[in-house]
Amino acid sequence: MSVRSTAFLLFKRLVAACLLLAVISLAVFSLVYLSPGSAEQILAGGKGSIPPEQLQRLRAEHHLDEPLLTQYWIWVKDAVTLDFGQSIQTALPVTDELGARLRVSLFLGGYAFVLTTVAGVLLGLFAALRRNSILDRAIVASTLVGLSAPAFATALLLLYAFAILVPVFPAFGQGTDFLDTLWHLTLPALALATSSTAFLVKHTRTAMLGVLDQDHVVFARARGLSITTVLFRYVGRNALIPITTISALTFIQFVVGAVLVEVAFSLQGIGSLLVQAVAAKDVPMVQGVVMLVAVIVIAANLVADLFSMAVDPRVRLGGRAA
Amino acid sequence: MNGVSERTASGRHGTANRSDVTAGLCFAFLAVICALALGPSMAPYDAMGANLTIGLGPPTESHWLGTDALGRDILSRVIVGARAALLGPLIVTLVSMVFGNALGLIAGCRGGWVDSVVMRWVDLMLALPGLLVAVVVIGALGGGYWVAVAVLGVLLVPFDARVIRGAALEQIPRPYVEAARTLGVPWWRLTLFHVWPNVSAVTVANSFLAFAMALVSLSGLSFLGFGADAGQPDWGLMIAENRTNLFENPASVVAPGCLLILTATCVNLLGDWVYQRLSERGLSR
Repeated sequence: MSVRSTAFLLFKRLVAACLLLAVISLAVFSLVYLSPGSAEQILAGGKGSIPPEQLQRLRAEHHLDEPLLTQYWIWVKDAVTLDFGQSIQTALPVTDELGARLRVSLFLGGYAFVLTTVAGVLLGLFAALRRNSILDRAIVASTLVGLSAPAFATALLLLYAFAILVPVFPAFGQGTDFLDTLWHLTLPALALATSSTAFLVKHTRTAMLGVLDQDHVVFARARGLSITTVLFRYVGRNALIPITTISALTFIQFVVGAVLVEVAFSLQGIGSLLVQAVAAKDVPMVQGVVMLVAVIVIAANLVADLFSMAVDPRVRLGGRAA
Repeated sequence: MNGVSERTASGRHGTANRSDVTAGLCFAFLAVICALALGPSMAPYDAMGANLTIGLGPPTESHWLGTDALGRDILSRVIVGARAALLGPLIVTLVSMVFGNALGLIAGCRGGWVDSVVMRWVDLMLALPGLLVAVVVIGALGGGYWVAVAVLGVLLVPFDARVIRGAALEQIPRPYVEAARTLGVPWWRLTLFHVWPNVSAVTVANSFLAFAMALVSLSGLSFLGFGADAGQPDWGLMIAENRTNLFENPASVVAPGCLLILTATCVNLLGDWVYQRLSERGLSR
């Protein structure tokens, strides 16, 4: 695959991403019109009757007398400069609130990603190397539970076990400096990582079992190469494939899970912001959060695809990842 | 070598292997949950009846799992909550199975541009964080348990459509399909009466997975406040309501949490087992 075709592919994906963003933004923009009740009532926070002069001001402020597409265009022009208007709840700019909340969500996501990758690969590897042992059976069994357990239930059980029964981690708060944040976000990150770790363990184990039985690995062992050399040189690359092919999926699990976990641990992140904004019918805030999440999800999908192309020659040479 | 022969031998000796035992246990557990949901109420107290004189309390002899902030008996709420935990996901599963099967079969059997359109839509839907879409849509529509059920039903369709399409594609090259086509069987007849019965194993197994997904998502929505209506006995909502009482009465959170995890796990395990059994039967045919 040449550089040119890679660039073309990237270009195609970027155009598709922009189109997708346009569709999502139009859908989100239409939220005001989909919601029961009149647009100005929703934009005023849906509280009872509005005095006429305020109504006039609201209609002018949100260009409600213009046709829908013109209104959308005005919103897009502001949104491109990262101006999503003011929150109805706090009257502060939406962008400022998003910025303030992004830190804890990114930290949580990054932490959970590291936990997932390390624990998922190591456990999958151990299970595959000790096939049918008690360790393998225990890992497989806990994978089944981990895959089924909803993140918020795991979160509350972890909270009970490690913050109340055995108080080693704090029950609330999100920390100040790096180490403190790490300490505070350990339980949330564990809860967030549980199902994706289980998923990764399952795939890594299957992939490893497939590779370990292959002739070139058996031959490498027969030549007298140590097990660690074989693992790193021959098996490791193959273990990367499940990680990359499912990382986009993992990412979506994270985005969804983060909402549940942030609410469960009362963290002030993007996920809990979305829930609060939707519950309060804070439309500009919902629009801002959805656009942010959409950009993150699209970007993550793109990066995962590029990465899997880099790791797996089969994807590069033809077709899609299995 | 020895190990291999031993394993196959032990597999042949016993009439039930380990996965059968697990499936039996799962089935028994789910049967109990179903009995709680459908049978006459076994709740010792009124699940909705507040008793402010008792208030929040840890497990006692009269209240085995303690009480919540309004003095409602946790055990009764957990038992009555089984109904909301099963009924909603059941409807979600039915809706998504009907539309998912239809779309998947049409895409797989017709192929061509129909297939492309359906699959692009499926890819798009699967790339979305479903629960967040549900939160935003339910928020916009005004919420409630049945709105949540309807939205989840739609969101689960692409999962099902993709699996059924895959299964249908495997059937298309088979001789019986060609024979039926040669005989001039119209495509809808071929799809419905020839291909569909042959992918029914996948349909059945997939409905278990869809049910587990629906259960987890619906309770998640209830937890976030976009599912079950406030005050209703629902496991997800109970976890949300009692989250702040974790110190005073941990059972009020641990009990619904464990039940939720166990139920979802059992449904998933049973789905795997059904799939394995049905595909074994299919192979030997």
